[in-house]
Amino acid sequence: MSVTTTRAGAQAPAAQAGSRRRRGSTARRPLTGVLFVAPTAVIVAGLFLVPLAILVYMSFMDWPLLGSPTANGIDNYRHLAHDSQFLGAITFTLLYTAITTVVLFAIAFVLVAISNSRRRGSRFYRTAFFLPYVVGTAAASTMWWVDVSDRLGVFNQGLQSAGLIHQPVGFLDTPGKALFTVVTLVVWKFVGFQVIVLLVGVQSIPGELYEAARVDGASSLQRLRYITVPGLKPTLALLTVLSVTGSLLAFDQFYVLTHGGPDNSTMTVVLALYNKAFQSFRLGDAAAEAVVLLVALIVLNVVQLRLLRRDRED
Amino acid sequence: MATSSRRRGGTGVAAVAALALILAACGSGGSTTTASGNPDDGTQLTMWVRSATDQFSQRLVDAYNQSHKNHVALTIIPNDNYLTKVGTAAGSRSLPDVLASDVVYTPNYTKQGLFQDISAEVKALPTYGSIAKSHLDVASYQGKIYAVPHKLDSSVLFYNKDLFQKAGLDPNKPPANFAEILADARKITALGNGVTGFDLAGSCGGCGVYTLFPYAWAAGEQVLSADGKKVEIDTPAFKAVFSLYKQLTDEKLVDSSDKAQDGSTWPANFEAGKVGMLPLGSPIVGDLLKQTKFQWGVTSLMSPDGAHTSTFIGGDVAGIAATSKHKAQAWDFLKWTLGDTAQVEIIAKNGDLPGRTDLSGNKYTAADPRTKLIADGLANGHTPFALPFGDLFNNPNGPWVATIRAALYGSDIGKALSDGQAKIQAGLDAAA
Repeated sequence: MSVTTTRAGAQAPAAQAGSRRRRGSTARRPLTGVLFVAPTAVIVAGLFLVPLAILVYMSFMDWPLLGSPTANGIDNYRHLAHDSQFLGAITFTLLYTAITTVVLFAIAFVLVAISNSRRRGSRFYRTAFFLPYVVGTAAASTMWWVDVSDRLGVFNQGLQSAGLIHQPVGFLDTPGKALFTVVTLVVWKFVGFQVIVLLVGVQSIPGELYEAARVDGASSLQRLRYITVPGLKPTLALLTVLSVTGSLLAFDQFYVLTHGGPDNSTMTVVLALYNKAFQSFRLGDAAAEAVVLLVALIVLNVVQLRLLRRDRED
Repeated sequence: MATSSRRRGGTGVAAVAALALILAACGSGGSTTTASGNPDDGTQLTMWVRSATDQFSQRLVDAYNQSHKNHVALTIIPNDNYLTKVGTAAGSRSLPDVLASDVVYTPNYTKQGLFQDISAEVKALPTYGSIAKSHLDVASYQGKIYAVPHKLDSSVLFYNKDLFQKAGLDPNKPPANFAEILADARKITALGNGVTGFDLAGSCGGCGVYTLFPYAWAAGEQVLSADGKKVEIDTPAFKAVFSLYKQLTDEKLVDSSDKAQDGSTWPANFEAGKVGMLPLGSPIVGDLLKQTKFQWGVTSLMSPDGAHTSTFIGGDVAGIAATSKHKAQAWDFLKWTLGDTAQVEIIAKNGDLPGRTDLSGNKYTAADPRTKLIADGLANGHTPFALPFGDLFNNPNGPWVATIRAALYGSDIGKALSDGQAKIQAGLDAAA
């Protein structure tokens, strides 16, 4: 391969100008292309493909954190089917994903409506909505953890001094309250991103369409139904993919805020996987869980991207 | 919605696991280069401890660095991440020179050969016979000694004498049995103003081991068998313990935040003078001695009827990692920590327990009847052992935390205990 390319290059000057260009480009392009792609390819191979291969290899081993691993076939995958913690985590993660996705969109729409106006101050709102997004999830979760504390937290003290409650709420005491607390954190932290992306989508719809619709006597509801929503479709699809994938991989906020509690009620798949590896030290089982999660995410993303593409074609 | 920061959690796990895999292939075992002559030759040493011993370890390291040419660089790692960090570092042969370990986890490390054999060095010490036996036992494996006591602690019941007095109780008469704990807690809670009679950690497995096991030991129960293969918690003593704690909870004699207390802020309310009685351990004595807000006393953890007392002897041991190339220098540090100066002038002076029995009557510990009571109590103490101890008892998602919560906040203590025993036993069986 390299020999022929070099020779093609060496012969090139003797050939006619037109054919030189053609031959040179067809012959050189593979090598040049390979060179351009090489750094990324090395990074992807080193940081993704090789670890992925190791992960798959690990998933067929009994692998303690300390000590030497032994092969155990598909035992790890068989364990998964009977692992109530993992199965419970799947159910909870799906529930959490559904709730956050819906709530995030609902609130984002309201905030977009507020900050899309040309009134003075809308820029301030945009910035304010986006600011929490800059905070790291773990840092935000730690902040929330202090804020919701019965003893130290501003939320309880605020509600108490406002006379709304007499006893501290105990924001993490029951499964329902713990989930609620995490969802509020996630909404506060991520809604800004959603709003910005939606705003870009809304503002990229040509104004003439609205003018024309108004001239034709379309009501504001009709303008929303026939111009805004179709125009936003790609944006909505993108945000759904990001939101669903992100929620399915939720870890930091649960690890910091609830530790999967109370009573393992807020255990997400990634948290279960982490526990399997670093509380129980069963790296093989954890690897099997990671492989299952990876396959599920690939399938889900393929399906979602198909839908996204079909939307575009429409 | 941003996925990047969340996704990082997942891939981080995979990456760490992968790293462990790549490097575990190197195997274990290490070489030791013994410097000729004086081991205090200006070597840079590294040491890891968990955050539970941070200030304690820092004081020792600072004093050693000031008086020696060698320099120990201390890294403090959060309690929850310690095993993970050690496990991955062991795989990648990047352990520090000196590695400390919670006594309950130590058997995992000695069994896997993470430490160098220091039997000869330890036995050559003139004070060998008086080094805390509970710690040397857990640090020994197949007749060899791999670590020495780093920190010794012991669980007891603290009480706020000022609140006792205000509630009309005798400040020099701490509760002697469960009935008195309940009665005293009621009177103290009645003071109002955010004061609670008792304080318990409702979501903390380690706290439960540390402060609940001693009640059962005092009642003559074993809880965990000596070989760590059988557990007994569906017993009369534990029923009495959880009945008391449930009653304290139901009557609101504990703070509402106790239900979610994961141990991280457990002593805060007591140290703020807002709690009548707090079962915890000698590590907070240093802080209590420094504060001047209130007078405090201490008593042993007792059996439900008050006939006997017991304590959990916890703490940490420190050994030389198998991969360390500075064995002589690391031992120089460890030997120094066991010496009279470090034990008395640094450890005991701060209110902590010395790691040598011949020093239990030192001027600082003996001068205060409270620290003396704690030191004397070690005679009735136990250190439980089980290989999957962390996974079953300390793990916030493990069966022991679930048992505590089901017993305290559920409706049926008997069922909670029998379920818990079955689950913990299943975990022990699986690890055998």
